[in-house]
Amino acid sequence: MKHQIKQIFHSPKFVVGFIVFVFLLLMAIIYPMVSAVGPLESMSKIKFLAPGTYINVEDTLNAEAGVIELDVVANRVIAALTEDEKTKMVEWLELYGGVEEGSIDIGDAETLINTWNSKYDEDIRVTGTTALRKEYQRLAARVENLLESSGVSIAEKNENGELEIVKSYKTKEFVGVNDIANKINFPLGTDNFGRDVLTELTSAIGTSLRLGLIAGLIATLIGLTFGLVAGYCGGVVDNLITFLTNLFTVIPSFILLVLISYSLGQGSRSVEIVAIVIGLTGWPWTARSVRSQVVSLRNRDHVNLSKLSGHSMPRIIVMDILPYVASYVVMALILQISSGILAEAQLSMLGLGPSTTKMATLGLMMNWSQQASAWQTGAWWSFLPVILSIALVTFSLNLMNTGLDQVFNPQLRDS
Amino acid sequence: MKGYVKYYGQKVLWYVLTLIIALALNFFLPRMMPGDPVAALASDEVANMTEKSAIEKVYQDYRERFGLDKSMPEQFVTYLGNLFQGDMGTSFSQYPRGVSEIIGESILWTIGLQVPAIIVGWLIGNLLGAIAAYTRRGFDKIVMPLFMFISNMPAFGMAIIMVWVFAVTLKVLPASGGYGFDLLPSFSFEYVGSVLRHYQLPFWTMVLITIGGQAIGMRSMSIYELNADYVKYSRFLGIRDNKIVRYVFRNAMLPQITGLALSLGTMVGGNIVAEMIFSYPGIGTTMLGAITGGDYPLISGCTLMITIMVLIANLVVEILYGIIDPRVKAAQQEA
Repeated sequence: MKHQIKQIFHSPKFVVGFIVFVFLLLMAIIYPMVSAVGPLESMSKIKFLAPGTYINVEDTLNAEAGVIELDVVANRVIAALTEDEKTKMVEWLELYGGVEEGSIDIGDAETLINTWNSKYDEDIRVTGTTALRKEYQRLAARVENLLESSGVSIAEKNENGELEIVKSYKTKEFVGVNDIANKINFPLGTDNFGRDVLTELTSAIGTSLRLGLIAGLIATLIGLTFGLVAGYCGGVVDNLITFLTNLFTVIPSFILLVLISYSLGQGSRSVEIVAIVIGLTGWPWTARSVRSQVVSLRNRDHVNLSKLSGHSMPRIIVMDILPYVASYVVMALILQISSGILAEAQLSMLGLGPSTTKMATLGLMMNWSQQASAWQTGAWWSFLPVILSIALVTFSLNLMNTGLDQVFNPQLRDS
Repeated sequence: MKGYVKYYGQKVLWYVLTLIIALALNFFLPRMMPGDPVAALASDEVANMTEKSAIEKVYQDYRERFGLDKSMPEQFVTYLGNLFQGDMGTSFSQYPRGVSEIIGESILWTIGLQVPAIIVGWLIGNLLGAIAAYTRRGFDKIVMPLFMFISNMPAFGMAIIMVWVFAVTLKVLPASGGYGFDLLPSFSFEYVGSVLRHYQLPFWTMVLITIGGQAIGMRSMSIYELNADYVKYSRFLGIRDNKIVRYVFRNAMLPQITGLALSLGTMVGGNIVAEMIFSYPGIGTTMLGAITGGDYPLISGCTLMITIMVLIANLVVEILYGIIDPRVKAAQQEA
């Protein structure tokens, strides 16, 4: 036993899978505890904040400001101009500014602005409707405005209702991020409910793992029992159980899941119940493989000896056959956990997953993301990390399983 | 030939039995739902009524119309009778369209998408796995870990990433639907072209997912076969590699076909969720709409259709296996 464990930890695949899995597990346990935000706490009314640090604007007033020599104006103009405005600038320059067509790259904002500054002349008559002329004039005014920023003043209403200037900033003054009292960092942004994705994700990994564990245990127990009984008893019992197993292999478990989950209705689908349902539909292949193992074991000498000694059937199964299939059962358990997590994710995408507002699971996060059309609006932080987490969890579990497989069945070892 | 008939006859019989049980499950499971189904069905109509007796009359009318006042076995028989006449009931969310009509439309899209995707994915996946097994060095070292990771990504995950990368970020392919939303189905070139464009993304996504799973399996089987005695002996005798390779891969293919039969259920399930991501007008999207709309005749019809599809696919694969596996032929000739 000890030797086998040592061998297991020497297998590279198992070790890699194990490390990834333990890392995810630790993240799931520790991060929600140390995070400043609760996992399901809605932090913002705006949907989908992008990942980054968010600073309280009012606090910049209280922080100490100093001048740093950077060309702020160009950056500001570049950031402030929309694509439309840039296109218009290029249009004007090509038509009236004597610039060759196609020689200005709209992506290179600096050159665009410099060319505009040197070439723009408001006296040149623009052919076209009055509206078009006014448009160009407005554009010129806006660019000039942005370029001429000479600092900004912050004013507050005093007791008479008049605006009184509180503070003035020169255009090149900066404040340090560390001086700001209120800032919050969303490493992975927020989802459409305004919840911090990273905290929600780590707690969802924990819930999904728990769900997978329950589903896996149930499926393995059922599969194990059926496999043992069918393999050992043989005859009518075997035929019956095999028929049942084949039946449930061919009827897609996904369909059964959909039917049962829908029948349960909105009210009674807690995380635990969904886990139980997934376990109840996932046992067939475990039963099938355990049974084939037992069939090859049942004519071994020690089993025959026990039979001759008059031991009862349950006792023979537990004491003589079970220890030999134990290694297989562990592998089956790992695979069942992994497929349970996947099944829950699929169910939730359909809207048939756990209906709970107190916990998040990986599937539920995907569902929320889908309902908010996240990938059409480009809010990649709300679904990409979730997909990667699902893939990583199942990948690490399957890797551990392959590692174990190679230890227990030497003929499968990569030469 | 007589042996063949017996072999196939048994298989077909078994599948018919499975079909009946699937029908029963499909019928009874939703009806074991706690609560009064009539209340749910009639909720829209009675929403504004306050007189109790009127509400009761509406309920009674619904009960009679849907045959809910008869006993369960009677209902089942009626259900089977209707089913054989091709009537699967009326949809609630798309009233008054019949369920059969809705499913009839969607299933063509689904079959047109999934069958080629699974076949192409299986062929390419096995090919890649075989090549990886044969040329152990460079190709293998890249292919293996990459496909291991891809095969672990859930089907819908791959679908989402593909939509996001190709449709939203790169704007190369359309993001949803089976054809342009401004077109109506017709036999014009414009329509067919639009259909083909919308077909690309879902098709290649499903192919990619299938490849991932198949390549790894085929690679392991091929490695196992390439180390077999007969290969070493043939090489010793001087037989050229490309002759031996044909036998090796034919042997390695057999468990792959069995594996295909076993995993068809999961594959179809996963592809159905992927279909929803693309809003492709197949059974997946129809089922999603049905679930959201609480339309249980339609859900029942969809799950039944999917089960029947998987059963037929399994039967086809088993027949194929019987033709390809020479051991089955030998067993028939002995008998």
